[in-house]
Amino acid sequence: MSASNHPDFLWRDPEPRSSYDVVIVGGGGHGLATAYYLARNHGITNVAVLEKGWLAGGNMARNTTIIRSNYLWDESAAIYEHSLKLWEGLSAELDYDLMFSQRGVLNLAHSAHDVREGRRRANANVLNGVDAEWLDADEVRKFCPILDTGGHTRHPVLGATLQRRGGIAKHDHVAWGYARAADALGVDLVQGCEVTGFEIAGGRVRAVLTSRGRIAAGTVALAAAGHTSVLAARAGVRLPLQSHPLQAMVSELLEPVLDCVVMSGAVHVYVSQAHKGELVMGAGIDSYNSYGQRGAFHIVEEQMAAALELFPIFSRVRVVRTWAGIVDVSPDASPIIGATPVGGLMINAGWGTGGFKATPGSGWVYAETIARGRPHPLAEPFALERFTTGALVDEHGAAAVAH
Amino acid sequence: MQSIECPWCGPRDEIEFRYGGQAGIAYPRDPGALSDEEWAGYVFMRDNPRGWFHERWFHVHGCRTWFSIRRHTVTHETGPVPDTGREPESDRTGRGPLARGTGEAR
Repeated sequence: MSASNHPDFLWRDPEPRSSYDVVIVGGGGHGLATAYYLARNHGITNVAVLEKGWLAGGNMARNTTIIRSNYLWDESAAIYEHSLKLWEGLSAELDYDLMFSQRGVLNLAHSAHDVREGRRRANANVLNGVDAEWLDADEVRKFCPILDTGGHTRHPVLGATLQRRGGIAKHDHVAWGYARAADALGVDLVQGCEVTGFEIAGGRVRAVLTSRGRIAAGTVALAAAGHTSVLAARAGVRLPLQSHPLQAMVSELLEPVLDCVVMSGAVHVYVSQAHKGELVMGAGIDSYNSYGQRGAFHIVEEQMAAALELFPIFSRVRVVRTWAGIVDVSPDASPIIGATPVGGLMINAGWGTGGFKATPGSGWVYAETIARGRPHPLAEPFALERFTTGALVDEHGAAAVAH
Repeated sequence: MQSIECPWCGPRDEIEFRYGGQAGIAYPRDPGALSDEEWAGYVFMRDNPRGWFHERWFHVHGCRTWFSIRRHTVTHETGPVPDTGREPESDRTGRGPLARGTGEAR
């Protein structure tokens, strides 16, 4: 599409009405996808998405856009694979080029334990219908020639799992595609509208109180990522979530040099090259609780050390920007989807460091959970009750990268 | 990088410390008497405020003291914990994940 025929607006900028069937709190990827699937799959269009800032200006603008579904446990593989299948048709469905590129994701193994874990996870993936291959060091070298697989490093590359269907997408386009499609189906996308409280009567939420007035709602669905705890506390709900900064960074623009995604949990960095040419890198969270959307420099330094261990060719590349998003981490590093102790108040949170890849699947199952008033089968294992029953979906260290 | 004030060593760079999460979580006196909900509350539920937070740090690369501070989770300002004149519950019981601590800032 040329600049001359680009529309002035992709969605309306409506005043919020006084009442909706469903109010979604949070206009990021998950909130927008949820609104779209509520309208598309369930015919529920009397929906508002309330965003305190601007659409997709939180973690949706701050992630490293990696998409994969090669999680260890059955419950995780099922929901992330559902999401990946949706990604595969999403550009066509939304009629918006999401620049979804299935260039392959390598998860490197650096020790005998990593090798065993990687082979086990690849086997588990195959049993779950998720494409996965085990590559030995020679095959890794052929797949990604600029990786240092010389064997002389502190953490030599001994092999890797490969998910060829994994890759990256253009995060802004994903948000804009969902926003335009939801708007076209009648959803109100209301920006600059902060939810400051909830009106609860008879154990049920009746309305949200916002910076733009009271809005009655049949169902209130939180999709606020790192700020979920703050919102839930205003409704008197305590959640097993802790908010941390997660930093990422980009380099200057380079000619095409890296045509796959490389992740390493042991030296701890993940690297891909965006379509525009910059290297996009990230790693682990800052350890302390924070809502400050910034992190400490030693985390950046450790990431760079890890990246250079894997890619000596990048030693003179300049980092041009670093930033942080606030991620909500749950005790088992798995999301929390479904009902809360307050009637009509739903949560979809705890995606931690891996929410972007889940955007379509998360929206799909959350929309059905909201529409039918009971969990989508893929969401059922991720209910809040699991912290009481003990049926955790423990992806800490199992999800192919340390969280 | 934040500057964290160890009550023994004084202000030091954050990299000398390990984060310990919310302070004042007491090990239950009679764990067997707890319901599943109460046990989940002890094991998994922690405050997560946007604002001042009463939290623990461990000077792992220094004097190895556990201590508590107040820290603001947006501005990252820090301050001592107000002296309430009593020991925290977690240290009286002498058990549990926080029991190695020396209590409130000295």
